[in-house]
Amino acid sequence: MTGDTHDHGHDHGDRPVLTYADDSVHDRNETGHFELLTDALKELSIEKGLVTATEVREYVDFFDSRGTEKGAEIIAKAWTDPAYKDRLLADGTAAAAELDIPMAGAELVVVENTDSVHNVIVCTLCSCYPRTILGLPPDWYKSKSYRSRTVNEPRAVLTEFGTELPDGVALRVHDSNADMRYLVLPKRPAGTEDWPEERLRELVTRDSMIGVAPARDPA
Amino acid sequence: MTGAALDPPGYAAGDAVRVTLTWPPGHRRIPQYIRGKAGVIERYCGSFRNPEELAYGFDGLPERHLYRVRFRQAEVWDGYDGHPEDTIDLEIQEHWLSPAEGGA
Repeated sequence: MTGDTHDHGHDHGDRPVLTYADDSVHDRNETGHFELLTDALKELSIEKGLVTATEVREYVDFFDSRGTEKGAEIIAKAWTDPAYKDRLLADGTAAAAELDIPMAGAELVVVENTDSVHNVIVCTLCSCYPRTILGLPPDWYKSKSYRSRTVNEPRAVLTEFGTELPDGVALRVHDSNADMRYLVLPKRPAGTEDWPEERLRELVTRDSMIGVAPARDPA
Repeated sequence: MTGAALDPPGYAAGDAVRVTLTWPPGHRRIPQYIRGKAGVIERYCGSFRNPEELAYGFDGLPERHLYRVRFRQAEVWDGYDGHPEDTIDLEIQEHWLSPAEGGA
């Protein structure tokens, strides 16, 4: 969309027009205002006794050390245990808890890729992401470009990730804009029918669980 | 889900709904691109503290019902040229929804 100068027969009313410049500071690697604000907030929170410096450090350590292992564990189990897959699709939060994987207050929704449907996750408002099971999001997930284009030209975005959907496959975009967190259940790669769960985990990549790519090809 | 909402949920999966077309100031978690658009309730997600109040230091109570609403991409974007069944799902609080024609 190009602001309010286009002509396609609908009324934007008094809709405020956002431009990239409005908050492009998020996309630049500058130190400055927000870093100072973060430091000030942290120091004040410690000073007021809301948190301790140790708690802040432990929190950062936890998330920095978290990878995609928990997500891969969930997916490989769903591939090998149909009853678990059913529970996972019905209530992701409860199914993750079965594996002692916490969601830290958010609810998990798992969406399944099939021969006729492909799913991709985006958060247009910020960078909501299932951090307790996938770790910190990649930089591109937080970029203005991914966040805006994945909703209005998702097929072009997937193509840029090297993912061409076959004809007849519908694409479902999920904007993670509120209290749910999303995990894509990729298709189990062909040729892995005899594989045990532990080995299958190695095929489950971060990108496949966001939905920008299929699971790793075992060949 | 940490407490009760005031009323039972007003919508169920399959109901046709429309997102209110309005541009109030303040912290809103309903993206601009979906305002005014019609879709179908995909599922009820539960009730959650209202982010529009939480953002300003209030307690966000009573909780608001939250739904995942599925929209057809061709109805959201002018000139969308993907598969006709391509969809986009968002989470919308009940106070942003009103009944629409159609549904499943």
